[in-house]
Amino acid sequence: MLRLLQIEFQKLWLNKTSKILLLISFIFPLSILILSSIKINFFGYFTLDLSETKIFEFPYIWHITTFFIAGFKFFFAIVVVSMIGNEYSNRTLKQNLIDGLSKKEVILSKFYFILAYSLVITLVVFIITLTIGVLNTPSQDLYIDTIFSGSEFILAYFVKLLTFFSFCLFVGVLIKRSAFALGFLFISFILELILYGLFRFEWYNYDVSNQVMQFFPFTSMWNLIDEPATRIVALHNPSDMVVTDYPAYWYEFLIAGVWIFIYIFLSYRLLKRRDL
Amino acid sequence: METILTLQNLSKKFGLIKAVQNLSFTIEKGNVYGILGPNGSGKSTTLGMVLNVVNKTSGNFHWFDGKVAVHNALKKVGAIIERPNFYPYMSAYDNLKLVCKIKNVPTDRIDEKLELVGLLERKYSSFKTFSLGMKQRLAIASALLNDPEILILDEPTNGLDPQGIHQIREIIKKIAAKGTTILLASHLLDEVEKVCSHVVILRKGEKIYSGRVDEMVASQGFFELKTDQENQLLSYLQNNNSFGKIKRQDGLITAFLTAPMNAADFNQQMFKEGIVLSHLVQRKESLEEQFLILTKNQSN
Repeated sequence: MLRLLQIEFQKLWLNKTSKILLLISFIFPLSILILSSIKINFFGYFTLDLSETKIFEFPYIWHITTFFIAGFKFFFAIVVVSMIGNEYSNRTLKQNLIDGLSKKEVILSKFYFILAYSLVITLVVFIITLTIGVLNTPSQDLYIDTIFSGSEFILAYFVKLLTFFSFCLFVGVLIKRSAFALGFLFISFILELILYGLFRFEWYNYDVSNQVMQFFPFTSMWNLIDEPATRIVALHNPSDMVVTDYPAYWYEFLIAGVWIFIYIFLSYRLLKRRDL
Repeated sequence: METILTLQNLSKKFGLIKAVQNLSFTIEKGNVYGILGPNGSGKSTTLGMVLNVVNKTSGNFHWFDGKVAVHNALKKVGAIIERPNFYPYMSAYDNLKLVCKIKNVPTDRIDEKLELVGLLERKYSSFKTFSLGMKQRLAIASALLNDPEILILDEPTNGLDPQGIHQIREIIKKIAAKGTTILLASHLLDEVEKVCSHVVILRKGEKIYSGRVDEMVASQGFFELKTDQENQLLSYLQNNNSFGKIKRQDGLITAFLTAPMNAADFNQQMFKEGIVLSHLVQRKESLEEQFLILTKNQSN
């Protein structure tokens, strides 16, 4: 496993584009640290102080950071897609196989790298969130159980990333060319959105559409960390309570897990059946 | 003798096209093999199958004693297929380091191999700055990193300039001299003739010959002769059972032998007959001529 990781790391780290994208994907989450401490004064009229909204306090902070930082996953998605695309365009995939890497090891080396990346970035996000939370929560509320209440979103974040990158890997293997693969990702996202719209507004209702669509690739990822906006609104106006279904449930993890398995397995099968 | 590679009825179909049909042969340790055949005869497909990049349709092959998985056996093989494939953004050294990782061998032989192919001073240049000849030499260095049991080369001189071709051939000869088993696929017959002891000849995916180069055609060779007494010589040759076909072209007489004969004995005989030869060469058919004879026989 370590050998495969080292192989993949060398391939990516020595490539300037991948290296920059990797670095960016680590730097951006840090920006939320700055955002949390900022107080913008609009020409003396009013002061925008995000920390007053309570979103930087436990337990909400777990939800907020994981939701927004997940948006930065696209930087690494480009890396994942191109790590397959480049192997094809440089014909190095063929050479790797000739040199004695098996097709299984090729897929595993990519998957291990995705796994390692997701773990490390999750750890970074965990530390950032913890820091922001501790700094913003009134000190009388800082008990261990308040701090870690809602921290299941960290796990949800990790699984969400892993599912998404596994999907990218599969699409990369399927399409072989980075640019087309990224296009395919985008189009499949749009298509699923349209499908969701049709289910919800044309064919059935809210409940049925959610029940069916939760099994679809993008929705299954989305469900892991539901959007936090309504929850925050509800926090400030408890009177007009909107029913929100924000927690991450076990079956949502299961669905995502099954997808990860399908993506990786299909990538392997696809590669195995191909003549290079 | 130790067997390195065994093929049994190996076949590959691409849709309706039969790229390789029922191919069987074995590669023994210590010999230099050539796979010959025109473009599209299935050479690269065959190599692709044994190198784990092309899936076989039917048949079998195994490396060494057949007890190790193909990808692990390939760690003991060095192979270059058609074009040198490396990561363009990495230096020669980093590329070779990666190959070492894949093959599970220590990185301390990199310098030695770069030296062998004359690229040591370009160790830290990135691959994309290399000329085709240099890329091909780097590929050879990479194939040698594990001190392989067998070196497989597929059209190693394709697209190179004469100087590059010469360099590659010199390197191959150096490697062959060390006793490494080599399998060389090429459509350039003189290339194979210069280095190989054994050949496998393919045509349209079928094997038409495999064995030693010098046993390819059952032939005793021929004499090329010149003399001022042509008529005398011709009548002598025609009346001698040791000679079969006799050709006369531009004053050069070619007499094909039907039984073994030594040039010195023949010369002595000529002297007795009172024929003075101004030119006497004993030759065997070149590989190219043999190849043409063989492919012609097959098509009849």
